Amino acid sequence: MTALTVPARPEEEDASLRPVPWRRMAGVTWRQHRFALTGVAALLGVLSVCLWLAGLRLHHASAAAAACRPAGSLACGGLAGTFNGMAGFLANGIILQVVPVLIGAFAGAPVLARELETGTYRYAWTQGFGRRRWALAKLVSLAVAVTAAAGLFSLLLSWYYQPYFAAGNQALGLSEITPFFPGLFDLHGVAFAAWTLAAFAIGALAGMLIRRVVPAIAATLAAYAGLAFAAGGLLREHYLAPLLTSSPNVPASAWVMSQWYTKGGKFAEGSPPLGLMNRFCTSLPPGPGKPSWGTFAQCLARHGYTQWTSYQPASRFWAFQWIESGWLLALSVLLIAAAVWLVRRRAA
Amino acid sequence: MNIIEADGLGKRYRSTWALRACTLAVPAGHVAALVGPNGAGKSTLLNLAVGLAQPSAGEVTVLGGRAAGSPAALDGIAFVAQDTPLYKTLPVADMLYVTRNLNRRFDQAFAEARLAELGIPLKRRAGKLSGGQQAQLALTLALARRPRLLVLDEPVAMLDPVARHDFMATVLAAAKDGVSVLLSSHVLTGLERVASYLVLLSRGRVRLAGTVDDLLATHRQASLEDLALSYLRETPAEVAK
Repeated sequence: MTALTVPARPEEEDASLRPVPWRRMAGVTWRQHRFALTGVAALLGVLSVCLWLAGLRLHHASAAAAACRPAGSLACGGLAGTFNGMAGFLANGIILQVVPVLIGAFAGAPVLARELETGTYRYAWTQGFGRRRWALAKLVSLAVAVTAAAGLFSLLLSWYYQPYFAAGNQALGLSEITPFFPGLFDLHGVAFAAWTLAAFAIGALAGMLIRRVVPAIAATLAAYAGLAFAAGGLLREHYLAPLLTSSPNVPASAWVMSQWYTKGGKFAEGSPPLGLMNRFCTSLPPGPGKPSWGTFAQCLARHGYTQWTSYQPASRFWAFQWIESGWLLALSVLLIAAAVWLVRRRAA
Repeated sequence: MNIIEADGLGKRYRSTWALRACTLAVPAGHVAALVGPNGAGKSTLLNLAVGLAQPSAGEVTVLGGRAAGSPAALDGIAFVAQDTPLYKTLPVADMLYVTRNLNRRFDQAFAEARLAELGIPLKRRAGKLSGGQQAQLALTLALARRPRLLVLDEPVAMLDPVARHDFMATVLAAAKDGVSVLLSSHVLTGLERVASYLVLLSRGRVRLAGTVDDLLATHRQASLEDLALSYLRETPAEVAK
């Protein structure tokens, strides 16, 4: 009988054949999103050149000021002033804070929103590749691409900001910033790439939910801003319990959470201790720079007041980086999974 | 083998049923026309058949028992949606590339030969093509997948008469090669030149289904148009019952 050689239902053989290989989505994704991807590359490329040029000058100024002898001389003060005044608009990091969300909004939000807005999802989701796999392959490969690009860029950022974090800057009269500084913490280390990934994932899900490109981009910007402010203002300081010290000299690299003063074991005043300062320490010499908190603390200590500081030491920088990147990665995975789940569920 | 089989199939969008208690079995080897007025549930039935929508009630299988929307079903079905959506910014050659890489089979030589025949340049962006050319491109992409079932949602609604004729000629040629076709249309005129099987939908329900020959013989109507019209006019009375 033919039944032995020919399957009774030949279509069953078809059905059990292997699915279209994942790797085929690479070329498809590139062809569909090359404008977004080259846009990201161009943006980061231009910024890289600018940062590199500015960074060379900054590093040069920092080295010149640090090597100046005798420290404290007028000439050295001039060099320090040059370093401190350099590229102030970059020093606080605010401008570069928008880079992750720009990438996320313009590369992430349109991926699904454009398909839904123009109706092409009816083409894409009925091809042999399968809609769930299609969405997964697209979102994951694009997420990896933008995260890798952001990771490379953040190497340059880390290099650029290095001079501000050098221990001993303060003694030389140079700007010394804690690496936890709100505008800078997520611009160096691994957090920059993690924030870019999160922005992309927010954009992808917003596109799937809102189904239109421009509103999805706007929603991504808003949601990202909210998340970034919440993380910087509320979450970050709680990653690890702060340390407490009664030493008047807290290093400039530490992230000070709060400060208060006690006398004889009793709470005297919070920070800034304006009442105490006006009573006891008005005679402090103004000096060339501003008198530091340490100077006030020493003055108050002479009158029997103890300065308490709760702070995060700079040595915890990488722990904080990995904690923040870890939850951002987990959040991004959840958001992308939600987008893929919605693609599977969404009815025409 | 039935190219589409529905059993008690229903689809509800919020509180309204777009399709209700639909039971039907369309055998392979036909050009099956799904006809009915706008809002009758034609697009809903096709979306369910290609897996874009999930049933609210009942079930639907295609190509001899494959669950609609399953990988095995998508592998054998090519769907051309209403208004033939294409990636407008992609050149025609890239549309071929994308379709080829999203499917297990793709007859590149066939697609290129047909586009050359139609005078559609491979380098032109899909969005720069005329409406008729876009429809032909979408159809070519679908046929190059070598499907066993071609599903077309209102394929000629937006086309001028010449483009409409050319498009349907291509569909009929594919049908002659053994591809089953399921198409929806709200235009009744000239239906018998195209369809060999008819499913009449109105208000979300199947009113009539069968081969064109059988329907014309049993209902003693001169044309499918007359038959369809007589049924569509009866509908309100039937609903009132």
